[in-house]
Amino acid sequence: MSEISAAEVRHLAVLARIDLSESEIESLTSELSQIVESVAKVSEVATEDVPATSHPMPLTNVFRTDVVVPSLSVEQALSSAPDREGDRFRVPPILDEE
Amino acid sequence: MTHLTTLSASALADALASGEVSSVEATRAHLDRIAAVDGDVHAFLHVARDAALQTAARIDERRAAGEALGALAGVPIAIKDVLATADMPSTSGSKILEGWLPPYDATVVRRLREADLVPLGKTNMDEFAMGSSTEHSAYGPTRNPWDLDRIPGGSGGGSAAAVAAFEAPFALGSDTGGSIRQPAAVTGSVGVKPTYGGVSRYGAIALASSLDQVGPVSRNVFDAALLHDVIAGHDPLDSTSLTDVWPSMADAARAGLADGVLKGVRLGVVKEIAGSGEGFQAGVRQRFEETVALLAAAGAEIVEVSAPSFEYAVAAYYLILPAEASSNLARFDSVRFGLRVSPQTGPITSERVMAATRDAGFGPEVKRRIILGTYALSAGYYDAYYGSAQKVRTLIQRDFAAAFQQADVLISPSAPTTAFRFGEKIDDPMAMYLNDITTIPANLAGVPGMGLPIGLAPEDGLPVGMQLMAPARQDARLYTIGQAVESLLEAQWGYRLLSKAPDLASTEMFASEEGAV
Repeated sequence: MSEISAAEVRHLAVLARIDLSESEIESLTSELSQIVESVAKVSEVATEDVPATSHPMPLTNVFRTDVVVPSLSVEQALSSAPDREGDRFRVPPILDEE
Repeated sequence: MTHLTTLSASALADALASGEVSSVEATRAHLDRIAAVDGDVHAFLHVARDAALQTAARIDERRAAGEALGALAGVPIAIKDVLATADMPSTSGSKILEGWLPPYDATVVRRLREADLVPLGKTNMDEFAMGSSTEHSAYGPTRNPWDLDRIPGGSGGGSAAAVAAFEAPFALGSDTGGSIRQPAAVTGSVGVKPTYGGVSRYGAIALASSLDQVGPVSRNVFDAALLHDVIAGHDPLDSTSLTDVWPSMADAARAGLADGVLKGVRLGVVKEIAGSGEGFQAGVRQRFEETVALLAAAGAEIVEVSAPSFEYAVAAYYLILPAEASSNLARFDSVRFGLRVSPQTGPITSERVMAATRDAGFGPEVKRRIILGTYALSAGYYDAYYGSAQKVRTLIQRDFAAAFQQADVLISPSAPTTAFRFGEKIDDPMAMYLNDITTIPANLAGVPGMGLPIGLAPEDGLPVGMQLMAPARQDARLYTIGQAVESLLEAQWGYRLLSKAPDLASTEMFASEEGAV
C-alpha cells in the first residue's frame, strides 16, 4: 500500500501526543513502512462478504444492578497524582496563553 | 538450592497442611533463593520480603488456631507486574509508572489473597507486555535460567524465569499474543492462556482489551490447574467476564492421570504451524514429531487439520493490537497518576506536558506500536487496515471451528525456535513479531491454549514446548490432555525437564565478581 513519509509520522506523533525527536521520527518512518507493508496482506483475504469480528466472545447488554457500592475515597484517587490542589487534580493551563 | 524451593506448589501445599513445614519456612526459602540467584536472572522488579514473611506468619498463626484454610494456603507466588497490587509498585515494565502504588488490587490478586497465597513480589516483563523477550522492559531484561545469555521469552519472561529458576513455585502471567505460552516454551515451564473472559481482567493494565487474558505459570500441569481454579470465575467489574460456572481444572488434570486417557482422543496437528514452515528450528520440529508419535502410541488418533487463515494471523494481530493499545495507553496523560515531565522549552500547557511526559516515559517499542495503531485507526486507512484485520479475525475463528469438527484438541510447537540470544531480533521488529506465529491465533479467536515442555532441542540443549488448544470454554480438556502428555513424557525421561536446568547458585560468586547485577 502506501509508503509512510516522515511528515506523516510527525503528524501521527502529534495525534498520539508523543513529543518524538527527529531521530525517532526518522527511524520510525522506515520501521513503520516495513511493518505496514507486512501487515497490509490482511486485505488479500478480507473480502466484502466476510463480517468483522471485534470481540472473541460476543456478549451483549452486560449490565449489573444499579446499587451504590464502595468506591475509591478522594485520598485514594489522589494518592498518585503528580500534582493536586485540595481535593482536585492540578494540571498545567489547558490553553496556550499566546 | 534448598529442598523447599524444588517442591511443586501442590506438594508444598500438602507439606503445609500436614504441618511438616510452616509458611514462614517455605516463604523464607524462596526469598533466600531469590536473593541467591535473582542478581543473575532478574526475574523480579520488586521483592516484598517483609510483607511476604508477615503474610506467611499470619497464615501459620491461623493454621495453628485450627482455622479452615484454602488448599493452597501459605504457598508463595510471584505476580507479573502488569497486575495492580495495592501494596507493591505496579509498573507494567514502564518508566511512566515507576513506583506507582495502585489504590486497589486486581481481581485476580484479590483472589490470591483470599485463597491465602503469599505474594513474593512482582515479575519483570516487556514494557506494557509489548515484546517476546523482556528486552523491552524499561528496567533491563530477565535472563533465561537455562542460559543467561539468552532471552526468557516475553512478555512474561519474568514469571516464567521465576518458576524455572525455582524462585517461586508458580506465578501469574498475562497472554495477549503468547506472553504466557512462549516464555513457558523457552524456559521449560508450563503456562495457560484461559478462554477469553474466563479470568477477570480488572486491574490488569490493559494492552489490547479484546486479546488480553490472565493465566497461570508453573512447573507442571497440575499446579497450573490449581492456580487456574483460584483465579477463574465471573467478575462484575470486568464487563467481558463470562458468567460460566467453570469445572474444577484440578479435577480435570487428575483425570489425565488415568490409564488409557488418550485412547481415541483426536489430536489435530495444525499444518500451518506444525513446524514445516519457514522459521521453525529443526530441533523444535523433531521434538514435536517425536511427541506426536508418543501420543499416537498411547492411543491418540492423530489427524492433520488445516487452518489456511493462520497465515494472516500475525498481520491481523499487529493491526488490532496496536490499534487497541494506542487507545488504551491514552490514559497515561500525566494528570491522575504516573510520570509528569514538562517540556524544556516553550509554553507549559497540559497538551505539551502530556507529549513531553509520553516521550520521556515510553520506550521505543511502545512508541512504535502507539504510532502504528494511530496510523491504522486514522481516517482513510481504517477500512484497509483495522477493518480488514477484524475480518481476518472472523476467518481465523471459522478455521478453528472447522478444525474442532475434526479434532478434540489442536497441537503445534509453542514457539518456532528455542530461546534466542539477547540482541538477535531487537533491531528487527518484524522478526520479533513473527516469533508469535504459533500463539497468536488462539488470542484472536479467544480459545484457550496451554504450553508445556516436551524436551530439549538436540542442537542447543534448550527447552522446546508444545501448545495444546481447545475450543472456547473447554479449558478443562487442556488440563486432562496436558496432564496425560506430561505424565507420558516424564515416564519416558525418568525425570522432570526442569531438573536438568543449570544450578544457578553455583554461578552467583562468579557473577558478583564481574559486577553483573
